Formats: sequence, C-alpha cells, structure tokens
Amino acid sequence: MLSDPTTLTLAKLSELLKKRQISSEDLVNTFLEKIESQNPNINAYITVDKAGAIKAAKDADARLDAKQGEALTGIPIGVKDLFCTKGLLTTCASKILHNFIPPYESTVTSRLKAAGAVVLGKTNMDEFAMGSSNETSHFGVVKNPWDHSRIPGGSSGGSAAAVSASLCSATIGTDTGGSIRQPAALTGITGFKPTYGRVSRFGMIAFASSLDQAGPMTKTAQDSALMLQTMAGHDAKDATSINAPVPDYMASLNDGLKGRKIGIPAEYFASGLSQDVATVIEEAKKQFTDLGAELVPVSLPTTKHAIPTYYILAPAEASSNLARYDGVRFGYRCEDPQDIKDLYFRTRAEGFGSEVKRRIMLGTYVLSSGYYDAYYLKAQKVRRLIADDFKAAFAKVDLLLAPTTPDTAFKLGAKTDDPVQMYLSDIFTINVNLAGLPAISIPCGFDKTNLPIGLQLIGRPLDESGILSAAHAYQQATDWHTRSPIL
Amino acid sequence: MSINADTVKHVANLARLNISDDEVESHTNQLSQILGLMDQLNSLPTDNVEPMTHAVDMLMPAREDVVVNGDSREILLNCAPDSEDGHFRVPKIIE
Repeated sequence: MLSDPTTLTLAKLSELLKKRQISSEDLVNTFLEKIESQNPNINAYITVDKAGAIKAAKDADARLDAKQGEALTGIPIGVKDLFCTKGLLTTCASKILHNFIPPYESTVTSRLKAAGAVVLGKTNMDEFAMGSSNETSHFGVVKNPWDHSRIPGGSSGGSAAAVSASLCSATIGTDTGGSIRQPAALTGITGFKPTYGRVSRFGMIAFASSLDQAGPMTKTAQDSALMLQTMAGHDAKDATSINAPVPDYMASLNDGLKGRKIGIPAEYFASGLSQDVATVIEEAKKQFTDLGAELVPVSLPTTKHAIPTYYILAPAEASSNLARYDGVRFGYRCEDPQDIKDLYFRTRAEGFGSEVKRRIMLGTYVLSSGYYDAYYLKAQKVRRLIADDFKAAFAKVDLLLAPTTPDTAFKLGAKTDDPVQMYLSDIFTINVNLAGLPAISIPCGFDKTNLPIGLQLIGRPLDESGILSAAHAYQQATDWHTRSPIL
Repeated sequence: MSINADTVKHVANLARLNISDDEVESHTNQLSQILGLMDQLNSLPTDNVEPMTHAVDMLMPAREDVVVNGDSREILLNCAPDSEDGHFRVPKIIE
C-alpha cells in the first residue's frame, strides 16, 4: 500500500489500478476517511455517498480484475451538485431543491459512471451557480484550502477545493461565466471549459442555457484529457449538443508548442491586473517562448463591454429557467399556503437566496415590456461583436494566453455586500462564454502570500486538443501544478 | 439608468417573489447600481449588427414526434410536495 495515494494524479492512479497495485475499494475508503476528517474544515461536499461509492468501487475492482477497465475505472470523483444523479440528493446548493432526489441521471454523470468512475459525493457550489466566491450556497461557504480565511472562487468552489485538498481525484464543474476556470485558478488546479455544445447539458440544472457548459477539474491537463474523453460527445437529449466526432485527446497530448502562435490580448493586461499576477504571467509567457511558441500581440477591443453584456443575458436566461421552481412539482413548498398565489410567491421568496433573487429580478426587468430592446437585444448584438473579436484574433493565432483572474483569492465576506465589485471579478473569463469558446486555467505561480495564480489558454471552437497539448507542454516543463496546500 | 421602488415591486410581481419593504429598498439601490454598469453599452454603435442568439452556428435539430420517455407519471409525482389521484395537488384556485 502506498503512503498517500490521494495526492497522486488521476493518470497515475489509473495506472496503479490497472496493474492491480491498488484496489478501487481501498482507494475509495482512503478518500472517504480523508473527507471525514478534512471536509468539516473546507465544506467542499454537500453530500457524501459512502455506501454508493463503496459499491461502485467493488464493481470497478471486478471489472479491473477481469482486465476490462478503462482509464476512469475505479477512479474516485466528485460531482458538482448541479448534475442530476438518479436517487442521490441534488440541491444546486439551494433551499428550493434541498429535498430533490432526481428520478433521472445527467448524461455526463451517466457516461462517467459507465466508464467505471466512482462518485464519492456531490460538491458544494454557489446557489444555482450564481456567484464568484462560493459564498451564496445554502449549505455554507467553501473555504480555500490554501488559506481558510479566503474564498475558493465560484461557482464550482466545492469542486475546486475538493481537488486542491485531494478529497477526490477529479471533479466535474460547470462554467457559465468562469465558474470552472476562476475557482481552478484560485485553488491552484487545472480547470477546463470545453466549447459550448461539446459536452451534453442534459441533466444539468439550467442557469443560463446559451452559456452553461460542463468540464473537468483536475490536477493536470493530462487528467483533464482523460476526463473529457469520456464526457464529450453528441447527445440527442440536448438540442444544442454538437454532432462532431470526439478526437483522441491523449493521442495529441504530446504535440508540444513548437511553431504554435499564441496571441497576447492587450486588453487582458491593462489596468486592474494585480502586480503579483502580472509578474507571474510575464514569467509564464517567457516559458511558452522557451518551449517554442511564438507570442503575437493581438487586440480584443470589445472586452470591456463583456461584463454588462453578460449580466444582462445570463440573468435574463436565468429568470426564465428559474420560473419552474413554483412549489408544485418538486422541491421546497412553503408552509400552509393560503391560495395558489401565496404558494408561488412565498415558496420562491423563502426558497431562493438573495443573489439568486437579485438575478431573477434583474433578468425579469431587462426582459420586461419597454426594456427588451434597450437591454436584451442590445446585449445580444454586443455578444456578436465580442465573438467577432475572437474570430479576427484566431485568423492570426492558434491560441490566446491571458491571466484567468485579475487577482488572487480574496477574503471571505470582502465583496458580499457589493454585487458590482463581485461581478467585476469575472472580467477575464466571461468573454469566452459569450463567444462559446474552449479555455483552460492552469497553475502558473503564487503571489507573495503563497496564494495560487492561474493562466488561461483560449482556443478556437472545438480545438480542445490544441489547448490540452499546450497546457500539457507547459506542465511538463514546470511544477506549479504539483504544489498542494498543507491541510 | 436608475429604477424606483414602484418598478421594483412591479418586477417582483412579474417574477412571483414576495419582497419585504427592506428588500424593496436594497433591490432598488443594487439594481440601479447594476443597471448603471449596463449603460456603458450605449456608447457602442450596434446598428447593423445581427443579434447573437446562440453560441454556436447551428440549426435546431428536429426528431420524429414520438414519445421516448414512456410513462413516468408515478416517478415524477413522487417528487412533488403534494399529489393525489395521479395529479399534483395545490390550494383551491376557484372560489
């Protein structure tokens, strides 16, 4: 038995499982013990499915014994509590779904389970994925494993913290405006948002349907490649799923950076970027040049308009999506409703938290009669300009390199009373969602107080392979991704 | 653009949300602040820009209009806070 298998990469664990040098059951038990001792400090999990995990691990061991394992067979993972898991509580971190046990399984989790992955539990998040700090969860804030007085980022903050603290081998998150990449950057892990439509949204609880996309959160780019291989692909149950073949991500992982043109968008290095982040990203740029890439200055002039655009479109879609929570068909219902109106109004007022209500109000307002053209239509037009900026840049370069966040993790509570300041922390991630592009965040250094910093690689539509091989090349030459917080 | 308390109450009604007087005040302030952020978009000319309604250029796929889920009435009713005789149950609607 190894000393501490929880800190190993998914790729390494997969190898040990296949060689039968470790059993999935032992591995799962080790993770479960670690969750039991560490989760109370970090609050990364909302639900831990001990019995289900042990049963799945035994099945995986049988499969591995019969030499029928795949890369993910027996690998313990966490699942953001936004993916419906049949028979297992799925709350979206909201009181309104505090008792919801889905009668069906999301496509992503069903693919991962079919590949033999073992679900340890459901990870904490901002309520309905609305937040950048994981402070809006009905089940309490998640703490950053690097510094418990700081936020882990959001909305997939529990997923990020769970990987960072090695409370699972990998997790799946969702990214509507940066919710995979921003917490990945702030907790020192790798987080990958694929092209919109690459991964099925069936069974994901909807926030903003034209922006939501699921992706892996892992210790390395290689681990993300292994996860995405199973997650990606067309699904007839999702009308926006892209019907294109899924390439072999592992086959191109070692393609390297020689001759690749990487654009440096000027707008991502302008005011607002902290000195420590700027310094670390400069170092990383040099590393990419050393590895054979050619850095090319580019401009994405509409960048500064992305925040208002996003905070019109996403709440508009959310207000429509969240109309379904009415206390009639599932989830929370208020006590003793006087009539149907009281039932709707009180169920929603009591069931939703303040950030969710704020976004429902905002979305309802921008879609309401008399304001639709001024806000919603205008934002849809600006969204086109933002996407066109990227198109023009990708005519000249293969990838874009930028910081994932303007600063490192802030203190818990620092921005909770100021929604505008909170929204501005998404400045470098939301453009990518508006354009539907794939992008990864990988660790690239630390600030003066030892908090992780992430860099982002953005690619052309469906060029997940190009992003993964570039990130892998950087991780082969650096060791930032191997650093772990002391728990 | 700033909004007033009456607009906030109107929007809350459209959104089917009970809000307290305190919330009316905080929503009025915060939504005004957020909408102030939106106003910067007015500086950007967009007259001949086609609105982008979807992240990927593709047509909605169509499929045969046949039932694929089967009969899941009991399973779905089990998720409901209250049901009776195969129906969702709510307070009386008609006096």
